[in-house]
Amino acid sequence: MTDVKELIQGKIKTFGNNRTALMPILQAIVEDKNHLDEEDMIEVADALDISTADVYGTATFYTFLDTIPRGKYVIRVCKTISCHMAGKDEIFDTLKDVLKIKEGETTPDKKFTLLIANCMGWCHKGPVMLVNDDIYTELTKEKVIDIINEYQEK
Amino acid sequence: MGKFEVNLKINDLPVTIEEGTTILDAAQKLNFRIPTLCHHPDLCVAGNCRVCVVEQTGAKTLPAACATPVAEGMEIFTNSAKVRQARKHVVELLLSEHKSECTSCYKNGKCELQELAIEYRISEDTFLKLVEEKGYTIDDLSPAIIKDDSKCIRCQRCVRTCTQIQSISALAVINKGDEQKIATFLDKPMHSVVCTNCGQCVSHCPTGALVEKNYIDQVWDVINDPNLHVVVQTAPAVRIGLGEELELSPGDRVTGKMVAALRRLGFNSVLDTDFSADLTIMEEGTELLTRLKKALVDKDESVKLPMTTSCSPGWIKFIEHKYPEYLDNVSTCKSPQQMFGALAKTFYAEKKGLKAEKVVSVSIMPCTAKKYEADRPEMRDSGYKDVDYVLTTRELAAMVRQAGMDFSALENENYDSIMGKSTGAAVIFGSTGGVMEAALRTAYEIVTGREVPFENLNIMPVRGLKGVKEAKVKIENVKPEWGFLEGVELSCAIAHGLANAKILMDKVKAGEADYHFIEIMACPGGCLGGGGQPMPVSDKIRQKRMDAIYQEDESLEFRKSHENAEVQAIYKEFLGEPLGHKSHELLHTTYKKRKKY
Ligand code: SF4
Ligand code: SF4
Ligand code: SF4
Ligand code: FES
Ligand code: FES
Repeated sequence: MTDVKELIQGKIKTFGNNRTALMPILQAIVEDKNHLDEEDMIEVADALDISTADVYGTATFYTFLDTIPRGKYVIRVCKTISCHMAGKDEIFDTLKDVLKIKEGETTPDKKFTLLIANCMGWCHKGPVMLVNDDIYTELTKEKVIDIINEYQEK
Repeated sequence: MGKFEVNLKINDLPVTIEEGTTILDAAQKLNFRIPTLCHHPDLCVAGNCRVCVVEQTGAKTLPAACATPVAEGMEIFTNSAKVRQARKHVVELLLSEHKSECTSCYKNGKCELQELAIEYRISEDTFLKLVEEKGYTIDDLSPAIIKDDSKCIRCQRCVRTCTQIQSISALAVINKGDEQKIATFLDKPMHSVVCTNCGQCVSHCPTGALVEKNYIDQVWDVINDPNLHVVVQTAPAVRIGLGEELELSPGDRVTGKMVAALRRLGFNSVLDTDFSADLTIMEEGTELLTRLKKALVDKDESVKLPMTTSCSPGWIKFIEHKYPEYLDNVSTCKSPQQMFGALAKTFYAEKKGLKAEKVVSVSIMPCTAKKYEADRPEMRDSGYKDVDYVLTTRELAAMVRQAGMDFSALENENYDSIMGKSTGAAVIFGSTGGVMEAALRTAYEIVTGREVPFENLNIMPVRGLKGVKEAKVKIENVKPEWGFLEGVELSCAIAHGLANAKILMDKVKAGEADYHFIEIMACPGGCLGGGGQPMPVSDKIRQKRMDAIYQEDESLEFRKSHENAEVQAIYKEFLGEPLGHKSHELLHTTYKKRKKY
């Protein structure tokens, strides 16, 4: 993990220290440590001279800018209509079963977090899920178990 | 450059209006009322509630009147069947997520959402009631403000207020979609974040989602307790605001009626914060002159200039959070409310032969931050809580209504003694620039022995609604003991609304200003536009209240704080001299650095 202050300063060099730099900075922090904590958001507010409530508001607007600690691999299962009709419930149940956690939870070894997300634009290949930035499409129960096993090995 | 004009028709009537204005403005010009919720004349356009929709010939959708600029040849209908149906749906949808419990809601009778529900005769739940699923929370931990999310319609007037008027953004919109809500940083309780308790969000909220914490029942209880002696003090801006809550008009001066009403409510003694405002001028004026001497003559580096005023507790909390490095610049004078409180349980109790613990001190303030101020641990110099309960102008009006009084029919009455006398200089504390003007009237006279060189004592450059004002007063032909001030041009600045305070403080910080004295009030217009004043509020209304304040000043026999006979007496009998030992003990205070967020 990079020091958050350095990370922010680096981004400010590219994007300037006004509001428009907010998104790239938040994305960079999340990429680096998977979530934004209170201190991070204070640092960002300080660097851009905006309010912490504004930073928090922006962070909570975007699903991918987590403000609670997440596991190393964040799994997001699409819940929107096409994936729903293609059988997302079974996929989700399988994940709960394999990982032994519920929606929003993280495994005790901090490896996996299970979340539900909205449409990812892969409707023609549902059901789909994301593991961090990688998309997995046309999922079946078996496929999901294999994918999780692979990540368990990593 | 002349502005272009646009011709359009509203409900078949032609209207000509400046380009850049909205359909809402044009309709107002023709006296067609279009309902609004997210719109507020103080704030930028949000266009998020859609209750102001109108029909436009040729357009497929219904434009929002508050957010759509007028255009040449437009044809607008504000009351078509389509429009009425759409508005009704908007209100019904809002209500589907709204904990409608008007009869037990603090905003009952004063709520813009309720008014719309009445207007559109909402009689049943057309849409699924979602309140139970929402998990709404109430934050009532602050001594000043209650935030109840179940009453919030997410119009974001509070967010825009805290950002635009106060530059703080303590409140923001968090989450999205059906989880969207108004919250502080990490959804912490308001009292634990950078909020100043100014209450501007409260006085801009259309519903019961943000309200003052009210102490009406507690005050009735102490009034009804025969063992207690309840004194009440009234802030300068209450006398020009209270009427608005009681069927009178903005700008109506109701000092005498207010005194009569308070007496009828059962307060044992009806006294005036204006008395302690005059006292504040004696202390603060002396403090300024002392600071000037120490800085200019003794070259004492520990003395900080510019000195800023300290009577606005919202401003104090703001500087404690945002510019703590300037806390030594803030006058150590307590606010008039707290000076009064400290004296009520010492000087007043002694003079009246009362035990301090039997004296309850209540204050009527245009302000919610005063509730917080009274709660500060520093404010117990009498050995007790100096001010027990703070009621806003709105709460006092509620009590007057409860008591069944016909307010406008009351005969004028006068304040009690002691601590009931005041001057015009104290009255103008209620307006931005007023403390500055009052201080100048007295300080100039102390130093030169002559009245301030402005016609009829009216120091016009410090008056008005301009966000940041500056004035320079040249001091000449001084008395011998003030020789060091001969020829000095006293440089003053005034800001109201914390966004303007920020502009001013940033200027000071950047070393771009040479001010000696700065007056800052947290609320726009000063106390007359305080977070505890009647609603609605706009610059038009603020201006009327301001005119009333200066009329009140001119109507009084004495208009300089040092001419207040009761103030002169309290120095003789009790305090000694300004900045003396007793004053320090009771009338001055300290501040503390707080975290920036
Ligand atoms: S906020 Fe308004 S509509 Fe809602 S319960 Fe209170 S008074 Fe009724
Ligand atoms: S708290 Fe009041 S002003 Fe703020 S969004 Fe809710 S209803 Fe609007
Ligand atoms: S009380 Fe004032 S500072 Fe606090 S949230 Fe409301 S507007 Fe902002
Ligand atoms: S519905 Fe699942 S990706 Fe679009
Ligand atoms: S008042 Fe026009 S959209 Fe809210």
